[in-house]
Amino acid sequence: MSKQPVPAAHKMTIRLAPTRTSLSFLVVCALALVPPISMALGQEYYIDMFTRVVIFAIAAVSLDLILGFGGLVSFCHASFLAVGAYAVAILAFHGIQNGWVQFAAAILAGGGVACLVGAVSLRTSGMYFIMITLAFGQMLYFLGISVQEYGGDSGLTINAPPEFGLGLDLGAPVNLFYTCLFVLLATLVLLGRVADSRFGMVLQGMRMNETRMGAVGLSPYRYRLAAFSLAGAVCGLAGALMATQALFVSPALAHWARSGELMVMVILGGGATLVGPVLGAIAYLGLEEFLSGITDNWQFVLGAILLGFVLFARGGLARLRR
Amino acid sequence: MFPLLAEQALNGVQLGIMLFLMAAGLTLIFGIMQVINLAHGSLYMAGAYLFAWSFAASGSLAGALLVAIGGTALLGFALEMSVFRSLYARDPVYQVLATFALTLIANNAVRMIWGDTALYAAVPAFLSGKVALWTGLAYPAFRLAIIAVGVVVAALLYVLVGHTRLGMLIRAGASDRVMVGALGVNIALLYTLVFGIGAALAGLSGLLAGPIYTVQSGMGDDVLILAFVVIVIGGIGSIRGACIAAILVGMVDTVGRAFLRPGLALLLPRAAADGAGPGLASMLIYILMAAVLFFRPRGLFPPRTR
Repeated sequence: MSKQPVPAAHKMTIRLAPTRTSLSFLVVCALALVPPISMALGQEYYIDMFTRVVIFAIAAVSLDLILGFGGLVSFCHASFLAVGAYAVAILAFHGIQNGWVQFAAAILAGGGVACLVGAVSLRTSGMYFIMITLAFGQMLYFLGISVQEYGGDSGLTINAPPEFGLGLDLGAPVNLFYTCLFVLLATLVLLGRVADSRFGMVLQGMRMNETRMGAVGLSPYRYRLAAFSLAGAVCGLAGALMATQALFVSPALAHWARSGELMVMVILGGGATLVGPVLGAIAYLGLEEFLSGITDNWQFVLGAILLGFVLFARGGLARLRR
Repeated sequence: MFPLLAEQALNGVQLGIMLFLMAAGLTLIFGIMQVINLAHGSLYMAGAYLFAWSFAASGSLAGALLVAIGGTALLGFALEMSVFRSLYARDPVYQVLATFALTLIANNAVRMIWGDTALYAAVPAFLSGKVALWTGLAYPAFRLAIIAVGVVVAALLYVLVGHTRLGMLIRAGASDRVMVGALGVNIALLYTLVFGIGAALAGLSGLLAGPIYTVQSGMGDDVLILAFVVIVIGGIGSIRGACIAAILVGMVDTVGRAFLRPGLALLLPRAAADGAGPGLASMLIYILMAAVLFFRPRGLFPPRTR
């Protein structure tokens, strides 16, 4: 499908899959410089902060697959983050310290829960889809609160970081940072290939005109469910990394405001670009960090900036160069 | 057993009424303008704060009601003209983002104005007692007043939407806004008006909630989610649906919280039931919503138009 020549005029109007490989490469390289710079400055705190940024970036990139490319405004993405984190924490709680097992469980759990949630939610569309995903997110949030064995409301502490063997100690901040950065790079490459594949084209086509795609003989449900599950699996992996960093999980991970934040990162950076959400995560968490350092009323300022962004700028950071 | 059941049922109706006031405004705004308003919870919070503050300052109930309801309506007009007007034609994602930003601003703003600690909301003296409804059932007068206010507002809305010229324009605007505009109706003004009505309803709900729940920053966020559940179950854009779904959600939530734990204790060990009961009760309404949408993807009473 992608091999066939496309008329020039068509190319202009459709603008399929602007995955921005070069920009992705630049951003990942820039992030790789964070540990040496912060160690040179004696501010190793920034390694922890940017580990968090990279983990959120992975989650936001996975959300971009369904929100940006698929046009599905999902309001429960943070719950897959929580599912992945809890998979790691629960296995550690039962004494299974092997990182490969823990992370595989996180990916499977994230993907599996996303598949179940998607199977019901994708029957609806538009406003109803936003609301039903919101409901599933809340359901999982309260599920986390109600399971007392795993800490309930107050969360669950993990005693030791996952053990991967190979001499890799994820307890050391620098090792964890580069592991997360590697996962981000792998996610960008993987989802970039997915977005450019026939599957990705169909997904984007359905965002643009569902009726026409239907007329071609493609049913949206299965494509969207596959994308939704894949995004959930990647987000589950991000959750596993988050649990590894914090060595603590709590239902607050799944709160709807967290899903809102992920959505903000995608839109702020620019949807359907993959690298955009990475920039969005850097910008959002960076702003939060910067503003909370200078004023107690940082939420007010952050809200005003976001509002100004919606009202006056369009398309997101990754498209500013246009 | 009967007084306990009746009391929980009344609590359920009372929660349902508050949700209805929120949901009616939301569904009206969504039905006409097709805009997702996450800031509706902030208007609820504004109503609660304005009432608690002005009632404490002036001691006049009528004055405080006027300040709270009039204030949120004015706030609604201002928001519509400054922010929402430019969101109508945008993708839902931008509506979510902008109104999410508005809730951040509002939650912070009330802390800047009224401080970090929760505000005490007084109940008017004549509503502070209990009313004996039945032998063994004394129910707080204030909660009964909430139910009464809800019934009156529902009746007023029914008349307004179903039997007045403004209501006719609202319904026409919901089914075909371009045509209504072409017939010479000032759509911009109509939108501002509808948004103001929705804001005032949210403010009313908030001022009623003040004395029962806590008046604090972020108090609107959880109610907002419940109101969304209500309008989705009821069918987005349908006030009748919102009314029925609000009572349903209020009942399921309240009865679930009251009876799920003792019910589970019959099946499970005591400790497990005590642990799982409250969480499961919180999940009930979301399960209800998912079930309704599974069988009726457009809610129980989807508007016939469109």
